[in-house]
Amino acid sequence: MKTLKIEELSKNFGSTEVLRKINLEIDEGNFLVLLGPSGCGKSTLLNIIAGLETINEGNVFIDDYNVSKVEPKDRNIAMVFQSYALYPSMNVRENMIFGLKQAKTSKEKIEEQLEKVSKFLQVDQLLERKPSQLSGGQRQRVAIGRALVREPRIFLFDEPLSNLDAKLRVEMRREIKKLHQQLKTTVVYVTHDQTEAMSLGTRIAIMNHGVIQQNDTPENIYNKPSNIFVADFIGSPSMNLIKGTLKESSGEILFTASGSNVEIPIKDYEFKDKSNLNNKEIYFGIRPEHIYFKKSNEIDFEINLRANLSEYIGHEQIITFDYANQEILAKFPSTIKIELAKETKLFFDITQISLFDAKTDERI
Amino acid sequence: MQDSLKSTSYHRLEQKSKYTNIFLRWFLYFILILFASYFIFPLYVMIVTSLKTMEEIRQGTLLSWPSGLNLESWAVAWGGRGYGAGDTFLRPYFWNSIKMVVPAVFFSTFIGAMTGYVLTKWRFKGDQWVFLFLLFGCFIPFQAILLPMARTLGVLGISNSVVGLVLVHTVYGIPFTTLFFRNYYVSVPTELVKAARIDGAGFFKIFFKILLPISAPIIVVTIIWQFTQIWNDFLFGSTFSFGEAAPIQVALNNMVLSSTSVKEYNVDMASAIIAGIPTLIVYVLAGKYFIRGLTSGAVKG
Repeated sequence: MKTLKIEELSKNFGSTEVLRKINLEIDEGNFLVLLGPSGCGKSTLLNIIAGLETINEGNVFIDDYNVSKVEPKDRNIAMVFQSYALYPSMNVRENMIFGLKQAKTSKEKIEEQLEKVSKFLQVDQLLERKPSQLSGGQRQRVAIGRALVREPRIFLFDEPLSNLDAKLRVEMRREIKKLHQQLKTTVVYVTHDQTEAMSLGTRIAIMNHGVIQQNDTPENIYNKPSNIFVADFIGSPSMNLIKGTLKESSGEILFTASGSNVEIPIKDYEFKDKSNLNNKEIYFGIRPEHIYFKKSNEIDFEINLRANLSEYIGHEQIITFDYANQEILAKFPSTIKIELAKETKLFFDITQISLFDAKTDERI
Repeated sequence: MQDSLKSTSYHRLEQKSKYTNIFLRWFLYFILILFASYFIFPLYVMIVTSLKTMEEIRQGTLLSWPSGLNLESWAVAWGGRGYGAGDTFLRPYFWNSIKMVVPAVFFSTFIGAMTGYVLTKWRFKGDQWVFLFLLFGCFIPFQAILLPMARTLGVLGISNSVVGLVLVHTVYGIPFTTLFFRNYYVSVPTELVKAARIDGAGFFKIFFKILLPISAPIIVVTIIWQFTQIWNDFLFGSTFSFGEAAPIQVALNNMVLSSTSVKEYNVDMASAIIAGIPTLIVYVLAGKYFIRGLTSGAVKG
């Protein structure tokens, strides 16, 4: 049984296609993050799961039960919004029990739930306050509390941290992580922040233009991006993509960047399909953090590049190198001294690379 | 040497800007007082004239102070002289106006709030067209609809009645009240409605429990606007009612214009003030919310 299953789901707003044939499944207790740039359809997908938007095609199942035409209140879900959406005229207590009262829950049960949840979230001292008298973090907690008292099957979070300042955001992120560890409720969480996605999710679905680009564990998303979009979207600064061709000679596979004659041997790479690699146009992808200033591994590829620009960001520095008239970024600890406008010896970690077909943008 | 030179020139500059500031300040007060008196002057003339006897009016000037607190003209304006036919006074018409303005303001405000709520929080296909056509209602000159409205009231059997005037004012208030509430509710996050729907609240519950309790500023704006419009209306009142069903503005006109004998300026002035007092009261009681409400939609995120 899947807690949530989405089948061939499509959604249009007039003539704009927002979601195209989405298929998605979540097992009980998972934390799924929908990640993508703004306008990719992730919030629409969440609203559809909640029942706040209608569907053009396809179905949504919760616990194998088709809820496509079921009202939001009967879907056994709870949602936390970006603006918290606390009812301004009600105090914290009334906010938290509003849903239970609508569902005609008995008075004893309401009190019991309220006490349990407000203690758990440490808002039991704030029950008589109005939302306007709360700080950002407290509002956030009350909004989560309002979702918790309903004991839903699935929690939906719509960018809940993006209204908080940087410091509080990190704190609340940890609290949400703890909350999920303790409660083990299934969560669907929408964000455009990759750090949030990576640190919270047990699975991440990366979306672009209404299509899921990759649905995988955070590790696989980072290490084995399934196409150029994912590779470019995840990581900061993003992955270096060098255009060039593959050559197969006597069992060895070599990569040559266009405009360069340096051949990089590709070793230990898990190709999806080993045939037709000769003369294939590809992008060679390597993350800035996988370019080293000293050899760490036998198969590291040694190369001399010219440093052009240095950006100091505290604990580390980002250096821009020139490789066959293309900018290559590398991330080093800030203790390393790199001289600009001079050739520097670098090492590419060949075990960490990703290769993409230049025609289809897909991983090969 | 150089330093002391500098400090004296700074001192001179400082003096100069100080005198400029003083001059500008006095100039500002002068302008403000000028304009304030320009607006207060008519009210002053009305009040002093209403307190004078006819004798004083004939002999004194417009601005002269009354000899005493002579309230007789006020009593005449409100309650008449007590001789049967032809004695027009404001009391019955004042109550007509109250009976007209209270329900008309209530219904137009309520319907405007409801419409604004639907147009912003329950968007439907073509809703911007509905809103656009409603806005037309704000720009249609009322003279243009007098005849069709008279016919409608006739068909409904409520012409020349307070009920008929309530209907007319409610209908013609809706475009304005809708505009107010729509613009206010646009700034209320739609996520509130989404949260309430997940919590299981329906259309009316969301309106009454969540939106209405936070609408106080715009309700005040709408009430002031509608009250002033309806209370001060003369066109609809004089067209759709006559005789006993007339509102106060029509009665005031009849009183002032139809007097056959001598013009009683003191009674006219007292009547005009009586007719204007309720709007003044509404402004004094709710005025500070008026400005706040008008701007709150724009300022609050």
